[in-house]
Amino acid sequence: MSIRGRFATVAVLFLVAVGLIVWSLMAFLTPGTPGGVMDFTTTQAPGQPVNLTVQTVGAIGFGKHPTWVSYLVKDPHTQQWVQDTTWKLPANTVVNMTVLQYDTGGPLRNQEWGQVQGTINGTASLNGKSYSVYDSNTGNGVGHTFAVPAIGLNVPLIGVSANAQVCGAGPCHTSSPHNTITFSFKTPTPGSYSWQCFVPCGLGYLFGNGGPMATQNYMGGFLEVVR
Amino acid sequence: MNETHHLRRLTTIWVVLSVAADLLFWFLVGPHVPPGRMTDMATSNQFDFNVLFVIALPVLIGVWLYLAYAIVVWSAKRGGPEPVGGEAARTNRTAQVAWITITSVVVILLAAFGTIELIVNHGSGGGEGPNPVWSPAGATQAETAALAGNGTWSPNRNQVLPVQVIAQQWKFTYRYPTFGGFETSQLVLPNNTTIAFNVTSLDVIHSFWAYQLSVKADANPQINDVAFTKTQQTGPFTVRCSELCGIWHGSMYNYGSVVSQQKFMQWAQSTEAANAANTKYLPPFAWTYVPDANGASGGYYPDGTATPYSTAEIYGAKQPAS
Repeated sequence: MSIRGRFATVAVLFLVAVGLIVWSLMAFLTPGTPGGVMDFTTTQAPGQPVNLTVQTVGAIGFGKHPTWVSYLVKDPHTQQWVQDTTWKLPANTVVNMTVLQYDTGGPLRNQEWGQVQGTINGTASLNGKSYSVYDSNTGNGVGHTFAVPAIGLNVPLIGVSANAQVCGAGPCHTSSPHNTITFSFKTPTPGSYSWQCFVPCGLGYLFGNGGPMATQNYMGGFLEVVR
Repeated sequence: MNETHHLRRLTTIWVVLSVAADLLFWFLVGPHVPPGRMTDMATSNQFDFNVLFVIALPVLIGVWLYLAYAIVVWSAKRGGPEPVGGEAARTNRTAQVAWITITSVVVILLAAFGTIELIVNHGSGGGEGPNPVWSPAGATQAETAALAGNGTWSPNRNQVLPVQVIAQQWKFTYRYPTFGGFETSQLVLPNNTTIAFNVTSLDVIHSFWAYQLSVKADANPQINDVAFTKTQQTGPFTVRCSELCGIWHGSMYNYGSVVSQQKFMQWAQSTEAANAANTKYLPPFAWTYVPDANGASGGYYPDGTATPYSTAEIYGAKQPAS
C-alpha cells in the first residue's frame, strides 16, 4: 500500500476510534430518558404565583429503567405526567408546589433533611396539616426530599405506609395511597439551580446514591430560572 | 570577547533582573496572591507561595536570559561557520559542580522550608487525620469536652471552637457540638478564633475545601479528618467539594462567613433554639458515623468512640437508641 493509502487508512481508523469514544462517553453521561424543559413561565400572568405539581413514584414503570424510583411533573399545558426534571421558572416569583408522594419511607440517613427549610413561613403541609420537622424514625418515615441546596430549600416528603396497596408503576393515580405535601417558595435571581432528593433511594446501588440518584430525569434536575 | 567576559556579563544582567523582579513581585503582587489573609493559615500559605515565587523567579530569569543571550550572541552568522559545542561544554568540571551544588541546595532548602511551615502552622490547614500531630494549644481539651457534651465557647475567652463538617452526596452540613450539637447547612465562624474542623462523610469520599480559609481536608466515611485554622478577618468565604463525588459534585458548594465573636454567639444561640425541634432527633454527637449501606432505609449512627484523636477507634454499626 502506498504511503498515501496507509495515511488515509490510519486517519479513517483514528476518526472511527474517536467517534466511538465520544459516542460511548455521551451514552454514559446521558443514560436517562431524553427529556426536555418543562416551561412554567407562560402558564400565568407576570408576577402571579406558579403552580407546580409533581409526583414521586417507587417505580417509574416505563422507559429504559422501569424499576427506578422517579419524580414526574404535571405538564401545565396538557395536564399529562411527564418525566422531565428541568423546569423553567420565572425569577423572583412564588411557586406553589404540590407533591403527590406515592412511595414508602424510612429513617433518613441524615435527620437534618427531616427539617423543612427555605419555604415561605418555614413550613410545609402534609395532607392539610402544617409541619416544620418530621422525625423520620417514627411513623412511615421519609420517602424522599425535595431540596434546592443553592437556595437553602429542603422539604421532607413523608412516606406512605408500606402495608398499603402502594402504586406499583408510575404515573400513579390519586386513587392509590399517597400523601399530599404542599409548600411555597420564592424563586431566586435568574440562573441554573440544581435540585435533588437527599434520600439515597437508589436501591441496589452503593450507599443508595447510584442509578436514579445519579441520573438526570429521575431524582434530580434543574430549576432554570429566567427573567 | 573571551568566556570570562560572557559569564560576567550574564551574571550581572541576571542579578539585576532577578533582584528587580523579586522586589516588584514581593511588594506589588505578593499581598494579592491567593488565598489571601482571612486566616492565619491563609496568611502562612500566601507567605509560602510568595517565597516559592521569589526563589523561582531568578531560576526562570536565568533560563530565559541564557536562552536569549545564546540566540543573540552565539547564533550562527550568515555566511559564517556553523557553531559547534566545544570540548569545554562537556567537560567543564566547575560548571558541573556548580550546577549539582546549586540545584541540590535549592531542593534541600525547599524541603526544609516546607517541613518547617507544615509543623509550625499545625498542618498548614490540611487535614491531619484523626490523630493530628501538630495541634494548636487548647485544641485537644476543647475537642474532648465537645465530645463529652460539656464543651463551651463564649466571646473573648480565646477558646478553640470545634466544628464538625459532614459531607454527603451532595451537600456539606455542619454540627456545632458546643451548642447542643445542632446541625445546619450554614457555616458561620467567629473572628479571631482557632477553629478545629472535624471532617467526615456519610457516604463516598468528598473533600472539604474552604478556599479563603486555606483549609482543605478529605472527607472519608468513618474517618475524622482534623484541620485547624485561626480566623483573623470577617467576611464571606466559599466552601467547595474538591473530590469528584458523583453527578451533582459541581453543585456541592456553599458560602460561609466569618463574623465578630458577638455576632457569632447570637447566631449560634438563635440557631440552636430554632433547630432544637430537629436536634433532638439527630444521633448523639460523635466524631464519625456509620452510614447504612442499604440505601434509603437507614440512618447514621455514632460509632461510639469516646476519645478524640484515638488510634483505637472501632467502627461498627450501632442501632439508634430509640
